[in-house]
Amino acid sequence: MTRKVKTQVKILLGVVVLAIVLIVAWHFGLNPGALIEAGLLAMTPLALAAIGECINEKAGVVNIGLEGILLITAVAGVYGAELAGNGYVGLLVGMIVGALIGFLFGLASVYGRADQIVAGIGINVFAVGFVPYVIMALWAFPGIHIPPKEVLVPLISTPLMRISAITILTIILGILLHYMLHRTPLGLRIKAAGEMPMALDVAGVRVDYVRIFTATLGGALTGLGGAFMPLAWFGGIVKEISAGRGFIALACVVSSGLEPLLALAFAFLFGFAEGLAYTVAVTPGVKEAVPYHLVLMIPYIVTLLVVTIFIGGRRFPRAMATPYVREE
Amino acid sequence: MKHDTVNFLKVVLSIHLGALVVTRLSKIVTDISQSLLALVAGLLAGALLMVAYGYDPLLAYSVLFRGAFGSITDFAESLSFAVPLMLTAITFAIGVKAGLFNIGAEGQAYMGAIGAVIAGAFLTLPSGIHLAVTVIFAMLLGALWAVVPALLKITRGVHEVISTIMFNWIAYHLAMYLVLYHLSGPGRAEVSLPVKETARFTVILSGASLTTVIYVAVAFCIATYLFLSATKAGYELKLLGENPDAARYAGVNAKKVVFSSFIIGGFAAGLAGATQVMGRPPTWALYGTLGNVMGLGFDGIGVALIGRNNPIGIIIAAIFFGALANGGRYMEPYSGVCSELVRAINGLIIIALAFPEIIAMIKRYRMRYKI
Repeated sequence: MTRKVKTQVKILLGVVVLAIVLIVAWHFGLNPGALIEAGLLAMTPLALAAIGECINEKAGVVNIGLEGILLITAVAGVYGAELAGNGYVGLLVGMIVGALIGFLFGLASVYGRADQIVAGIGINVFAVGFVPYVIMALWAFPGIHIPPKEVLVPLISTPLMRISAITILTIILGILLHYMLHRTPLGLRIKAAGEMPMALDVAGVRVDYVRIFTATLGGALTGLGGAFMPLAWFGGIVKEISAGRGFIALACVVSSGLEPLLALAFAFLFGFAEGLAYTVAVTPGVKEAVPYHLVLMIPYIVTLLVVTIFIGGRRFPRAMATPYVREE
Repeated sequence: MKHDTVNFLKVVLSIHLGALVVTRLSKIVTDISQSLLALVAGLLAGALLMVAYGYDPLLAYSVLFRGAFGSITDFAESLSFAVPLMLTAITFAIGVKAGLFNIGAEGQAYMGAIGAVIAGAFLTLPSGIHLAVTVIFAMLLGALWAVVPALLKITRGVHEVISTIMFNWIAYHLAMYLVLYHLSGPGRAEVSLPVKETARFTVILSGASLTTVIYVAVAFCIATYLFLSATKAGYELKLLGENPDAARYAGVNAKKVVFSSFIIGGFAAGLAGATQVMGRPPTWALYGTLGNVMGLGFDGIGVALIGRNNPIGIIIAAIFFGALANGGRYMEPYSGVCSELVRAINGLIIIALAFPEIIAMIKRYRMRYKI
C-alpha cells in the first residue's frame, strides 16, 4: 500500500471510531448534536494554530511557542474587546498581537539566527508568568477575569446545533491555505524555502522575506485562536486558559505531515475528544459515575495515541529549524 | 635527528594543549558572560514591563533583593527554593546533552511528590530506612513517568516536546485525582496525608524551610556532573547530542542512550517532587491543587539554560533563581507587582539565551567599527 492509501485507510478508521463513539454516547444519554457542537468549538483554536504552523514549518521555521501565543492573545483579545466594547474588535486585536509575536519570532530566527526551539520554550515560559501578571495589572484580580456579556462573540443558531462564525472561517481558511500551498507560486516558494533555501535564493526570491511572512501569518492565525477562546467559547479568561492546546496543535501539525487540510481533520478529532470530556464532565447521571479528573485526561491520551499512529513515515522539510545564511 | 623530531613533537603538542586550555577557558568565559548578559536583559525587560503597567521597578527589585538576601534566614529560604529547581534543571540539561528537549520534568515532579506521599505516609519503617525508601520510591515513580515518552521517541520517533507535555497534563489530572480521592485524610480533601516523622528531612535553620534535603540535591547534581565528564556512558551521551553521525560511526547505541537520558531525568524530577513533600516544612504533604509542586519543571528549564546545561553551573543558577522566586513573593504586598512576574522574567532570560550569536555579533560589530 502506498503511504497516501495508508493515510486514507487510517482516516476512514478514524471516522468509523468517531461514529461508534457518537452512537455509544447517545446510548448513555449524551446528545450527539451537543457533542459535535462542543467538538467544533474546541477544534477552532487548535485548527487555527495548527494550520498556521503547517505553513510556517513548510517554510523551515518551527515555532513551538504556540501555547504562549495562545495565552497572551487570549488576554489581549479580552482587553481589546472591553476597550472597544465589541468582541470582533477583540478577535482582531488578538490576531494583531499574535502576528506581532510571530513577526518578532521570524525576525529573531531569520536574522538573529536564534535557536528556534529554545526561543519557543522561552515564549511559553514567559506567557505563563506574564498572563497572571497582566490579569492582575489590568483588572486587579488574581488569575481570572469575566468580561461583560455584551463584548462576547455570539454563536449562530442552526437547526442541528449552534456554531461560531469563526469556526466556519477556520474551515474556509484551511481550504484556502491548502490551495495556496499547492497551487500558487507563493506556495511553491514557501515549500522551496523549507526544502532548499539556496535554490530559492539563486532564483531571486528572498528566503528571509518568505520565512518572516509565514512566521507572521502563523502568529496571526494562532492569535485569532487565542482570542477566540475567551471571547467566543468560554466567555471569560483564566490564567491557564490554553491548557496545553498549543502543544496539541503541534501534535496536529506533525501528525498531518504539515498538510493544512489533514491538520484541520486532526484538530477536529482532538477537539471532539475535548468536547466529549467536557460534556461527560457536566452531564447529570454520567458525571457522578466517572471522576471528573480522569475524564479530563482523555484529550491528552487521544493526542498521544493519534500522534503515535500517524507519525510513521512522515517526511519533514530538509531545512527545518535551520537558519539560512547567504554567502557573502 | 631523532631527538629533533621528538622535540618538535613536544613543541607541537604543547602548543596544541595550550590552545586547548585557552579555547576551553575562553569558552567558559563566553558562556558566563552570555548568561550574565541574558540575566541583565531579562531583569531590564522585566523592569520595562513594570513601568508599562505603572509600577515602580526600583521599589519592586529592592524589596525582592531584601527578601532574598536580607538576613541569614532569608538566604536559607532562598536556598530552600533553589533545591527543587536544580533537580528539574538537571532533567532538562541531561536531555539537551543527549540532543533531546525533554520538558517532562513538570509531570514527573508531580508523580515524584505522589510517590513520596504514598511511601512516606503509608509505610511504617525505622527512621533512616524509611527516608531512603521514600526517596527511592519517589524517584522511581518520576522515572516511570518518563518511560513512555522515551519509548515513543525510540520506537516511533514521536517528538519528546509533544509527548512529555501530554504526559505533564495527564500527570496533572491524575495527581489531583489521587490526592482528592485516595491520599487525603478524613475531612481534609484539599491536602494529602502528611508524610510520617521518619520520612522527613531535618530542618537546618529554624525560621526557614531549608532542610538537609539540599545535600541530597547537590549530591545528585555532582553525581550527574561526574557521570557526564568521567564515565563512558556519559561520554556517549554527550557525543550523541553533539554529533549524532559521529556517535553512530563510533558504535554508540543511540536508543539506549536516549532511554537512559530520559530515565536519569525522571529520577531527578521525581526527587524534585519529593523534596517539596519530605523536605519542606510546615506541610510535609501535597496540596490538592498541586500548588507546592506546580511550575517547578518549567522554572527548571530556565535554570538549566542559565547554567549552560552544566550541573555545576546549574547549582549556581538555581540559587540565583531560588532567590528570585523567594524574594519575588515580597513584591506583591510591598510594591503591588504580581509575584508571577518572576516567571515572565525567566521566560525573557530564556529568549535572550536563544541567541548564541549575540556575543559574536557584538564582537563583529566592535571589530568593524573599532570600538
